Amino acid sequence: MTEKTVLNATHRALGARMVDFGGWDMPINYGSQIEEHHAVRREAGMFDVSHMTVVDLHGDQARAFLRHLLANNVDKLKVQGKALYSCMLNENGGVIDDLIVYFFDEAHFRLVVNAATRAKDLAWIEQQAKAFGVEVKERPEFAMIAVQGPSARDKVVGLLHDVDRDRIRKLGKFVAAAAQGPHGMPLFIARTGYTGEDGFEIIVPQEQAVALWEALAAAGVVPAGLGARDTLRLEAGMNLYGQDMDDDVSPWEANLAWTIALDEGRDFIGRKALEAQKAAGVKRQMIGLVLDDKGVLRHGQKVLTAAGDGEILSGSFAPTLNKAVAFARVPVGDLGDVRVDIRGKEVPVRVVKYPFVRDGKPCEGI
Amino acid sequence: MSEIPGDLKFLKSHEWARVEDNGLVRVGISDHAQSALGDLVYVELPEIGASVTAGTGAAVVESVKAASDIYSPVSGEVVEVNEILADKPETINEDAYGNGWIFAVRISNRDELNDLLDADAYAELIENEDH
Repeated sequence: MTEKTVLNATHRALGARMVDFGGWDMPINYGSQIEEHHAVRREAGMFDVSHMTVVDLHGDQARAFLRHLLANNVDKLKVQGKALYSCMLNENGGVIDDLIVYFFDEAHFRLVVNAATRAKDLAWIEQQAKAFGVEVKERPEFAMIAVQGPSARDKVVGLLHDVDRDRIRKLGKFVAAAAQGPHGMPLFIARTGYTGEDGFEIIVPQEQAVALWEALAAAGVVPAGLGARDTLRLEAGMNLYGQDMDDDVSPWEANLAWTIALDEGRDFIGRKALEAQKAAGVKRQMIGLVLDDKGVLRHGQKVLTAAGDGEILSGSFAPTLNKAVAFARVPVGDLGDVRVDIRGKEVPVRVVKYPFVRDGKPCEGI
Repeated sequence: MSEIPGDLKFLKSHEWARVEDNGLVRVGISDHAQSALGDLVYVELPEIGASVTAGTGAAVVESVKAASDIYSPVSGEVVEVNEILADKPETINEDAYGNGWIFAVRISNRDELNDLLDADAYAELIENEDH
């Protein structure tokens, strides 16, 4: 059965076009995906991301458990509220999911995981947690709203209780803190996001989510659908689980080497496989592509290179650039002139370093 | 929902056909279809002189999210294509039944027009689709 977030009726009242997204009935846009995309790049937009799953971990061994569970090292989390992006791997080094972990105290960490992988993630986490005596507690009573864009932080801070404003305004990147929102609602505010813009992801009790959404709208934050979220994150060079990596793809092959911490003496799940892959030489790589001709790059299209064929992972028209961009997975080696098979026609593309867009502007060379 | 011009004929797959005074059949997609597709960012037009067959793909429109084949409502030769769409694909979003036309066909068998839906039948089709 399709699940609904607490904001479902709000989306419908706004005239949203709803689609099934990983088993959730979610807004793809509220009229124009492109306008919503630009609203986030230029001012501020908000996304209902309540379909994502909040999981709290409790127990004295919580840190030891996460050292074992995650490819990135939670020992980087020393200050309360600090967050870390990591992959959770299987024994073969494939990505079960990518997630964010927040540090509260030694006996309490929080994970935010993808919607589509929720059941798989929870089963895996619970199975691994047993040996550490860590309690795994899903928090379905929370909704989550992402507010993103150059003026997103100002607009959110303006809604907070006076005593919280300075503290939240000064919140560092990838740090979270509690604060009081409109009508005293308790908020968990993280300076994180998935658009390449500054902003916050806010966890709020479900029963207060509609009031927060309305307060944000009144402050001039534009509702944006998951369609815009997808083009924004692609422009920003961020991976999407299921499209850019999955259980059969290692972080080496998904351009996520920066999230792997091969620190001395930490035996995390998948480490042996990752090390073996590296020793043998990683066979596939993820690259960025720009199409200067007219047309759109799409997931699944064949990529032709001198080193062999690959395929488009995430691909779309990029509204900020007014042309199509994509990630592709291709063999390692000299690629030569790269082409993409679009409906039987071989179209030349440029291989580029991504992100494609940063701080609202096209990156150099794009 | 927008008005559906009464002089149009439709395919179930949401293409429209307009028979013009000079006998050419002009083709586009319905307002309902453009709205469902969302912002259009690219249109792959057929070649002038290409022959098309009723009910088979003749053009492609791409929205931000997906590519969709556009079927020709009738068989014949493509004699005009809407070059405006090369630079302004959003013209279809703005004026699906007018300036957003896609191509025009010199029809080879006028009987095919009888197989198409009239405006009322099409209106009923999309009414039922919405429920």
